[in-house]
Amino acid sequence: MNKNLDLFLTFMKIGAFTFGGGYAMIPLIQREVCDNKQWLNEDDILEVVAIAESTPGPVAINAATFVGSRTAGTLGAVCATLGVVLPSFLIISLVSCILKAFRESRAVQYAFMGIRAGVLALILKAVYTMFMATKKHAVSYVIMVAALVLTAFLKIDAVFVIIGCAIFGLIWSLIFRKEQSDDMD
Amino acid sequence: MIWIELFLTFLKIGAFTFGGGYAMLPLIQSEVERHGWLTQAEVVDFIAVSESTPGPLAINMATFVGIRTGGMFGAVCATLGVVLPSFAIILIVAKFYERFRKSRAVDGVMYGLRPAVIGLIGAAFLSVGMTVFFPNGLKNSVFSGAGFWLSLGIFALGAVLAFKKIHPIAIIGISAVIGIIAGYALGL
Repeated sequence: MNKNLDLFLTFMKIGAFTFGGGYAMIPLIQREVCDNKQWLNEDDILEVVAIAESTPGPVAINAATFVGSRTAGTLGAVCATLGVVLPSFLIISLVSCILKAFRESRAVQYAFMGIRAGVLALILKAVYTMFMATKKHAVSYVIMVAALVLTAFLKIDAVFVIIGCAIFGLIWSLIFRKEQSDDMD
Repeated sequence: MIWIELFLTFLKIGAFTFGGGYAMLPLIQSEVERHGWLTQAEVVDFIAVSESTPGPLAINMATFVGIRTGGMFGAVCATLGVVLPSFAIILIVAKFYERFRKSRAVDGVMYGLRPAVIGLIGAAFLSVGMTVFFPNGLKNSVFSGAGFWLSLGIFALGAVLAFKKIHPIAIIGISAVIGIIAGYALGL
């Protein structure tokens, strides 16, 4: 099979079977791309995760573009990215129509009243998981609290908070952190 | 022009999201509110739908917001917008991977960004919490209302289940069922 078509179909399959955030996609990518197709090896997958985390954009798109580009160049990247997006796009379009038809229904309104509280719990879990995974030291606590207060209470635009924290991290690292690895782990 | 606006807004969201789909939440919240496209309650509903349908959260949310505000073509514009920055940046990074990974500048930026994203999602948690518990604002506080206690109960149960590593879709399903039963039983 043509490699580009193969990338498209493989990532379409990955997109169709991923539930939740992009990290949920990594094990699927590993199985398809390493074990089944053998386009990349296990080390490459670790690279994919590292790259996806430290570049802007959703993890899922980053990972698809990176694998596509590594496997078959730019056209491969286009095919993999299109593939991973397509199932989402089609399914959400369908769901959106269905929801629109039932929006006025009492049962649906009650269901969403319950679901909103459930989603709040999921967000709490997401914050907790990310908090546990990050390296904790005085500077990171200060940035965490500052970002929270600036966005939640001072209503500063999230984009400015992100730019500000990136610049702060860069300047702080260049002045106070001697080696790249001194407090990485 | 709603389509260009959707494209540009999601381009911005895509360019400033670091990490998984939940990291996108504070950006979507502030952008969508600024444009007056959706209510905060609708944003929360979108998260639920995005979590319980296949596909990455970020794409699902972009498509959903796009289709609701600008129809089918709006969905195309929003999804394209959210994908494009990632795509372009990764193509460049993939070529200079070694240099990128060893770069002190990238390391420094991430040193500031990782904790910032946690703070931002924390802020999203607080604002979603306000929407869930005080849908009519703090002034019309419903502390004693059945809706408040119901939400608090579902949230507490959801948190316990989430920390017990129950799948998010199961938690959303359980919350929906409790919402329907309690809604009819209490006549909310």
